[in-house]
Amino acid sequence: MSVDLSQFIPSFLEESFEGLELMESSLLNLQPGDHESIHSIFRAAHSIKGGAGTFGFNSVTEFTHLVETLLDEMRDGRREVAPNDVEILLTSVDCMRLLIEAARDDEDYDQEKVAQTTKKLEQTLSVNSDDNSTVQAASENSEQTPAMAKYNIHFVPEHNLAKTGNDPLFLFSALAELGELTIKAVTSELPALTDIDPQELYLSWNLTLTTEATIEEIQEIFEWVEDECELKITQIDSDKTTNKDVSNEEPEQADTPASVTTSQSSDNNVEQVNVLSERASKEQTAKPKTKAKAEVGSIRVGVDKVDNLINLVGELVITQSMLSELGNDFQMDKIERLTSGLEQLLQNTKELQESVMRIRMLPISFAFNRFPRLVHDLAIKTGKAMELVIKGEQTELDKTVMEQIGDPLVHLVRNAVDHGIEPADVRLANGKSEKGTISLDAYHQGGNIVIEISDDGGGINRQKVFAKAVEKGIVEPNAMLTDSQVFDLLFEPGFSTADQVTDISGRGVGMDVVKRNIQSLGGRIQVESTEGKGSCFKVHLPLTLAILDGQLVKVGSETYIIPLISIVESLQVDNDLVNRVSGDMALYRLRDENVPILPVYQMFGLKTEYTSIDNALLVVVEADGQKVGLMVDNLLAQQQVVIKSLKENYQQVVGISGATILGDGSVAMILDIPGMIQMALAHAQNKRHNTPHNETSLENTVIGEYS
Amino acid sequence: MDIQDLATDIPSQGEHAVEGIEFITSGEQYLTFLLASEQYAVDILCVEEIRSWELPTKIPNSPSYIKGVINMRGIIVPIVDLRVKFNIGEASYHETTVVIVLTYQAEEASRTIGFVVDAVSDVLNVEATEIKNSPSFGGSVQPQYVEGLINVGKSVVTLLNVESLQQVEKHALNN
Repeated sequence: MSVDLSQFIPSFLEESFEGLELMESSLLNLQPGDHESIHSIFRAAHSIKGGAGTFGFNSVTEFTHLVETLLDEMRDGRREVAPNDVEILLTSVDCMRLLIEAARDDEDYDQEKVAQTTKKLEQTLSVNSDDNSTVQAASENSEQTPAMAKYNIHFVPEHNLAKTGNDPLFLFSALAELGELTIKAVTSELPALTDIDPQELYLSWNLTLTTEATIEEIQEIFEWVEDECELKITQIDSDKTTNKDVSNEEPEQADTPASVTTSQSSDNNVEQVNVLSERASKEQTAKPKTKAKAEVGSIRVGVDKVDNLINLVGELVITQSMLSELGNDFQMDKIERLTSGLEQLLQNTKELQESVMRIRMLPISFAFNRFPRLVHDLAIKTGKAMELVIKGEQTELDKTVMEQIGDPLVHLVRNAVDHGIEPADVRLANGKSEKGTISLDAYHQGGNIVIEISDDGGGINRQKVFAKAVEKGIVEPNAMLTDSQVFDLLFEPGFSTADQVTDISGRGVGMDVVKRNIQSLGGRIQVESTEGKGSCFKVHLPLTLAILDGQLVKVGSETYIIPLISIVESLQVDNDLVNRVSGDMALYRLRDENVPILPVYQMFGLKTEYTSIDNALLVVVEADGQKVGLMVDNLLAQQQVVIKSLKENYQQVVGISGATILGDGSVAMILDIPGMIQMALAHAQNKRHNTPHNETSLENTVIGEYS
Repeated sequence: MDIQDLATDIPSQGEHAVEGIEFITSGEQYLTFLLASEQYAVDILCVEEIRSWELPTKIPNSPSYIKGVINMRGIIVPIVDLRVKFNIGEASYHETTVVIVLTYQAEEASRTIGFVVDAVSDVLNVEATEIKNSPSFGGSVQPQYVEGLINVGKSVVTLLNVESLQQVEKHALNN
């Protein structure tokens, strides 16, 4: 074939990963006697195998073939679906994913794991099947010497083979390319001429092939017709005329069946645990790699969304032509039509913007999908019984946010399983049901998406957290903290209250990373917990990273944008509440708290007439739990702004997270509140280091301006 | 018009055509501009556009030669005043003050930056062999920004290296 197959590889990979996801979720929900699910799992495996064969990913093909054989037996009802088999199949799905990823990146994979799973699959298969077809046994043998060998191929296609678009002639010519081929047609099945359906195929063939090719290569040719024919490939060696599957068995296979049949059940359990813990450690090392890859990619968009876009663009074109007609020979009496036209244009643009943004939105089920599996595995590993309830999986979220929120969510769920849910006996003693419940929920709340991870476990032990914080020196022993302040301590670096460090969680790395990741997405995390009843982690995220709700403020000649999410309140300074403390630091008494006042004009070195704190406007903002009051000249409008990077053509600027273009075409900077607070802190430190006589330093002149 | 006239006309038209082609194809082309009275040049293929001066939005706490950023059809473009950067002449802004927007395609990403100059003057055709090394006696322009010198008639044009001009993050270190 002259078609360049490599161009189809990305779509094959995409489909394969989708297929694997489907296999995984179907396996997890598999009920006994659910044939439909088995069928869909089988179909997914089968198309992965077929595709992998086409693109020459042999390791994938071989492995998937084994999985497929097992599934085939289940499908045909030759095998009962035992929980053990489901476990093996789940592990196999992991292996398939590994293999496909390895094939994609052209990298090595965890051979040991794949070999182990292969072995287990083979064991499972060999326990139940004496009627293994020659085909399957043959494919398990991957090692073959490239010596000349003679094969006998018995090929009996189903009658409707030609209808599915396959032509035996192509197969034979492909075979002939491998070596010397003799073809004998078997015509015994031919019906009488009057009964012949011209579209059906009644012939079968006996072929003899002398070739250097391995049996796999021959098999590959029959890849697409495998299910629609009866195929027997036997090797006839010149010296030994034995059947291939007897002569070429791998040593490993030769000695396993005996031991397996005797000790299989106990053996399997042990191995399973090994595999699970291996997966856990593997997951941690493999994560950064997959993340880097995930950044480029395609997006699947529903046709309805695209249609909607096309409609909107159509309307836009109509409005445009209406306006341009109005523009030709414009008179003042048409001003009303112009205004309404412009209004329409505004409407169109807004809708268009929303629709385009919606293209990037995916239902959060993409991020939630991995959790049934995770909880299932963790339940086995920890020995705790629990179920996962997922709600609101249709809630839509920006693709970029989704990609980056996955890992923090995994961490939170692991924590809920490990720290939250108590062992069954403790639960029973506390009058709870034996089975713990972990629920994931997502919903929209005023331009944000809220993801809740809650459990009905033991809750957070306030005393324990507090004691630990004191021990680590994070808080003073006599500090008075509110519940939420105590729970926020969980996000301090190196903080863990688990008595025992497990490999699921408890090392105290993580929660701070979780918080940082969420913050870098412009979100925040909130903890609610009742001791004995359970905990709830609420993650608030912006719907998209590209657009931000901002408050426009004026400082001197410049307009700045403060992200609305970080604003606590805006107020006019009441002079009585301004205190100058500890060396001329201006504090504003906001109810119980003292909020440092940061004049933006000083921080950014701008000229303005509003330099006095008296009656100035303060925008109180919060980041990392620290509130500060930004002193600005004027508050302007609130509006949505499109975030543009400064880094692209310039560089990161301290205190600025990006820029945007305002309605009049001018550029305005978006303030980076955490960055500004850092900046002010660094400033204050510098000030302390300066000698009092250093009159020329910026800090001192600035203070001079105050008084 | 009689045949004789036509015959004399044709060669002269041909001459013009040849002149035109020669103008287009000889050597590399460089855009020259003025900083005070000195002439500078950049590779014309890097020139995105030439804009008139408009007041940019300031970037807080940036060096004095970074005038700020402007909106160029939805792209945020920083503006560098080369006169301040190279310490040549007066940084005044009036009608003939122009901004040359240069795009340099680096390996990973391209960068677009606008440079304020006093005036744009000409397009030069220069063979590679005509570019001479700059003597390292050193004016106020740091040597890494200078690719070479070109003699044009009696005057000398400084050819600037667009790549190093675009590396804004290194500017601060050099100053």
